[in-house]
Formats: sequence, structure tokens, C-alpha cells
Amino acid sequence: MPLNMRAALVSVAILFVWLLLWESATPVPEATEALSEFELLMGGADQEARVPPPSKVVGHAWDELSNPFYDAGPNDKGIGIQLGYSLYRVLTGYLAAALIAIPLGFVIGMSPLMYKALNPFIQVLRPISPLAWMPLALFIIKDSEKSAIFVIFICSIWPMLINTAFGVANVRGDWLRVAKTHELGPLSTAFRVILPAAAPTILTGMRISIGIAWLVIVAAEMLVGGTGIGYYVWNEWNNLDLNSVIFSILMIGVVGMLLDLALSAVSRLVQYQE
Amino acid sequence: MTMKSLGDPFDSKISLIHDSRCSCEQCTGKQFEPGTKSHTEALEAQADKMVRDTRPRESEFSDAEDVMDRAIESAIVRGIFGHNDASRRRFLQMVGGASLAAALGSIVPLDKVKAAAKDSMGPLEKKKLKVGFVPITCATPIIMAHPMGFYAKHGLDVEVIKTAGWAVARDKSLNGEYDASHMLTPMPLAMTMGAGSTATPYIMPAVENINGQAIVLHVKHKDKRDPKQWKGFKFGVPFDYSMHNFLLRYYVAEFGIDPDQDIQIRVVPPPEMVANLRAGNLDGYLSPDPFNQRAVYEKVGFIHTLTKDIWEGHPCCAFACSQKFATEMPNTYGALFKAIVDATHYSAKAENRDEISKAIAPTNYLNQPEIVIKQVLTGRYVDGLEQKVHDVPDRIDFDPFPWHSMAVWILTQMKRWGYIEGDVDYKAIAEQVYVATETGKVMKDLGYEPPSKTYENYTIMGKEFDYTKPEEYIKSFAIKRS
Repeated sequence: MPLNMRAALVSVAILFVWLLLWESATPVPEATEALSEFELLMGGADQEARVPPPSKVVGHAWDELSNPFYDAGPNDKGIGIQLGYSLYRVLTGYLAAALIAIPLGFVIGMSPLMYKALNPFIQVLRPISPLAWMPLALFIIKDSEKSAIFVIFICSIWPMLINTAFGVANVRGDWLRVAKTHELGPLSTAFRVILPAAAPTILTGMRISIGIAWLVIVAAEMLVGGTGIGYYVWNEWNNLDLNSVIFSILMIGVVGMLLDLALSAVSRLVQYQE
Repeated sequence: MTMKSLGDPFDSKISLIHDSRCSCEQCTGKQFEPGTKSHTEALEAQADKMVRDTRPRESEFSDAEDVMDRAIESAIVRGIFGHNDASRRRFLQMVGGASLAAALGSIVPLDKVKAAAKDSMGPLEKKKLKVGFVPITCATPIIMAHPMGFYAKHGLDVEVIKTAGWAVARDKSLNGEYDASHMLTPMPLAMTMGAGSTATPYIMPAVENINGQAIVLHVKHKDKRDPKQWKGFKFGVPFDYSMHNFLLRYYVAEFGIDPDQDIQIRVVPPPEMVANLRAGNLDGYLSPDPFNQRAVYEKVGFIHTLTKDIWEGHPCCAFACSQKFATEMPNTYGALFKAIVDATHYSAKAENRDEISKAIAPTNYLNQPEIVIKQVLTGRYVDGLEQKVHDVPDRIDFDPFPWHSMAVWILTQMKRWGYIEGDVDYKAIAEQVYVATETGKVMKDLGYEPPSKTYENYTIMGKEFDYTKPEEYIKSFAIKRS
């Protein structure tokens, strides 16, 4: 049996055992006879809430996924619409960041002077939690939608910027000298030599960025609310509905994985062997 | 459930002010038959009675039109008597309500004013509005106006947008994403003064609810019912500039607990209260419902006291918008305001509360089990302590009138706890932010001086609050920051 097959089998086995343990650890209380008014008001005779068993989560997931695009008013939309809003915000902020980070990264990587001059700013701004920008963004931009996009922008710019600069600065000197002997201009060198050479490093930065952006959008939407998967989690938290919370956690994981897979596919295209 | 602020202005037995010593019929509940000493007096009493019999009592109002009519009459009458309610009642006792109504009718075209207030509004400047709300039962009128069609009735297409917390509601209102929003009564005051945000003139045309909050403690503290035992506790309040914060501080301070030294008060958004209580991050909270009732329902907390028992009739949440919105779009503002008054009036009626619970429980609005909302709104609830069902119909109530004295009280507490410093012009701010009614604006258009003063004294936990002496009031507290 090939390794992949065996690994898949082990994965399924782990999942199965985990679900079994989870299901048996969270028994659903038996429905008793009719409750008195007092018991009804107290939320049933049963003691405290518990984590729902996986069978319930799957049932809930089926309900949600069978009608992912319903729209029952501004505060109640299907999971598909919510994920759509989140993806729109992430991709907008991310592309804006890429448009700025990659050219700027080139400049920094090609010029040791700019590298040294901008480095202090990058080092100070980079470790700031993107959500810390939110109050300032809301105040200056005066629009919660754009503020959320700005937060994505600011969190995804740094890995791309630093990786681009690093990749550009570390293009092998031989190749640059070859370009010189062929009398290529600086622009031509940038596009025909440096860009292909640095592309794998740049793509790695982009892959890190999209991961961070997807992590941050959930928190940002929990903060500003309205729409998106983050709002969905918040709204269900509001109702202490763990079924929906677990379901949305899974959805966030799946979408994050798909984003990562897409970028890793792109980065395979630009890989090269020296 | 009556709205005391809408008492009949032509009735000498009803106070329009209703302070704590109010002796009017509405407050004492007893019928007052004037002694008939002479023939004329007897006749007047009779005429007076006729007025009362033909005029609708506030409990009989059928719709918003009646409410508007009454608000206008009340405003004019209050204006004439310079807001001196005692002299209004004396005068009415002397001449009778019918005479005053007739006399007034000859100098002020009452019907025209009323019609003007209702009809003079031109076309709506903007029909599609966004109104923010934080998902709590205080926002009931703002929310239920949507599913129950109150906005549509006034020609508006309103989207009610759920908001994660008050800081966001404030910022979204400040940046114009919301045309109007559900807020806490202290917020428009703080925003106007620039406390905690940039100073932007805000107005608060209507209070949403009175009462309706509670102090909830973790079930492990069932034996610590005396606030003196609360040293070291961590409490949650929904916002710095909230009645919750001020009432909790007031409450514990009355028991000798310094809210800044002896306990820790944290700002926790209402939806996160129960989760934090369960996790043990909080020992208790003073929060809006349904999260008090939800803690009982989840069996993690019990209701220590309803805020109604701290200050009966205290204001809590409000409907607010920027002054800019009101001046730039007077017709839209007017229609929206009418819809809110209408909805608030409807919410105040006990018999509608079941229906409202059903309407606001779904995901699009509060996203809570209906049984929890119903316990809050009908006041038939369990407290998590006793094995019985309580019956407190006015656990939460709805009365739109923005009393200026409430604003003064809030400002005294803001100063007491150091949220604002220096000299405060209590009355000026109160009157700027708590606009009496949209009625005032319409009357101004017609050349009348709109009434804006509405003050009363309060007794909170047995301590008198005299609105004329805010500074002395602050000084009278043993525990304070200023």
C-alpha cells in the first residue's frame, strides 16, 4: 500500500476515534415528561449547558449547508453569503496590500540605502496586532466596511513586503552580472532576472499573508459586526449556540485551507531548480 | 401600563411632573373628589368631570396620533404655565379644565397645531434608513418597529442593523453609517461633551425603556447576598457611559464598597457576559436583559436584584441621532421619531408583550430563546434562587419621555466618578441633548416657544436627589472621585 493511502487511512481512523469519544462524552439528556412552568422558565430540569455531540453538529451543518444563500434580513443571512462577505473583504485588503508590498519590496531589496532607511519603520509597525488599528481606522476612515478591509491590508502587507525585499536582495550575484554583460537595463533586469528568481520567496510571503488575513478577518468582523463569518460566530455566541459555533469553526478552517491550497498551487508554478 | 409623562394636561388631578412626592391620582391611585362648598364650585367640578369623561385617558390611546395630540397639548399647557405644575393644577381647580381648553382654543389654534405637527411634514428626504441596535431587550421598540411594521407605517424603509457593542454603535453613528441608533442614555451626553470620543452634538429624542436591568451573581455566590461581602469581586458592565455602570457604582457605594478600590468593574459587551460568568472571569454583572435572564436559564447565575428596586423608573437605553441628521432631514427625522414613539407606546402595553417577544426573538433580531425574552418582557420570571415564579409586570417598562432631570442625575454621576471634570453646566447640557419632542420643533416653526424644561426629583435607595442642587448632591456622597 502506498504511503499516501496509509496516511489517509490513519487520518480517517483518528477522526473516527475522536468523534466517537466526543459523542460518548456528551450524551444528550433524555427528554422527560412535560415540564412545569417553573422548569420551563429555568431552561429545563436538566443541569447546565454542555458541548453538543458531533451528531448534532453534523445535523446542524446539514441544515445550514442545504440552504447556504438564504437572506432573512440584514442580520440573518446564510453561511454562504457570510463567507462570501468575508472572502470579499480578505481578497480586497490582500490585493491592495500586494499591490503596494511587492513594488515597495523591490525597491527595498534592490537599494541597500532604502533597506536601511525603511527598516526601523517596518520593524516597529510589523509586530502591531492588526486589530489594534481598528479604533483608529474607524475614526479616520469613517466607514466600518473599509476599516475592516484596511485591517486586512495592514496585516497582510508585512510578510509580503519583507519576503519580497529578502528575495530580491538575495538574487544570486552571478545572475545579475550575467544580466549586466548582456547590457540589460535596470527595468529589464528587474522583470526578466530578479522577478523570476525571487518569485518563490515572494509567493511564500503571499502565502503567509493570506493565512494571517483569514485569521484576522474573523476577529475584525466580530468587532464591527454586520456581515461576514466573524459576525456569524459572534451572533451565535450571543445566543450561546455552540452547535453553530462549532460548525462555523469548521467552515473557517475549510475556507482557510482552500485559500492556502490555491496559493501553494501558484507557488509550485514559479518554483525552479538551480 | 400608562405613560405618566402623557397625562391629560387639562386635568387638575394629574401631575405632569410626577416627582417622588407626587400626590396626583395616577401616582397615589385614589380618586380625588373635590369638596363642593358652593354652587359655582359644584358646577365647575361637574364641568371638569365632563371634560375628563370625554377626553381619552392615556391608557385608552389607540394609536400614535392620540399620543402626538396629547404630547402637543401637554407641551402647550406646560409652556403657558412656565412649567410650574402646581400653578397649573391650582388654576385648573379654579376654572376647570373645560374653560382652559376653550380659552386656550380661542388663542392657540390647537387643532391646527396638532394637524400641523402631523401633516406639515413635507416629503421624506430619505426613505431608506439604517438604525443600529445592540441585541438587548432595552431596544425592544427600535427592533419590534421593524417586524411589526411601525417604520413602514410612517413611510420609512428602515434596516435595523445589529451591532456588536456600544463603542461600535457610537463610532458607526459618528461616521454616519447609521442614521440613528440605539444608545445608552448617558452616551449622547458624553458624546456631546466629547467624553470618550470626539465632541459631536447629539440629541436624544426618546428614552427607550425604564427599569429592566439587574445585578446578576455567579451561582457560587448564593450565600453572599450582602454587598459588603463583595470585596475583590469582578463585575461586568456593558459600557463606561451606561446607566449600568452608574447604578452599580451607586449601589455598592451605598454599602460602603468603593467601586474603584474594593471591586473591579470591567467593560464587557452584553453578549459576552454569560460566557464570562460561566468561565469565572466575572463574579457578577449589572447588565441589560436578556443576559440576566439568560444566566438563570443557563444555570450559571442568579438575579441578585432588579435595578427597578435600586431606582424605580430609572432610564436605561435611548434612541439617539446626530443633531445634523435632525436638522438636515427634518421630515425623515420626524417620521422616524413618530415611528419610535408609536412603537414605544405599543411596547408599554402589557397585553402586547407576548406578541413582541415572538417578533424579536429570531436570529435577525435578538437571536435568543423566546422563553427567555418572554420572562423579561412579561415580568413572569424565575430568579435562579427561589423555587418559585415571580410576577413583576413592570420589571421592564417603556416610556419615551426624556426627562431633563435624568440627564442631570447622569451628569452628576459622571462627575462623581471622574468621567468629566471641572464645571458642568448641568441644565444646559441636559436641555441641549434631551430634546423634549419633535413637537417642540414643529411648534417653533409656528412661532411658539417650545417647552423644554421637564425636571423632577428622585429618591434613589432612600437618598434624595434635588435637580436644582447637582453640586451639593455630588458633595453629599462619602465615596467619590471628584
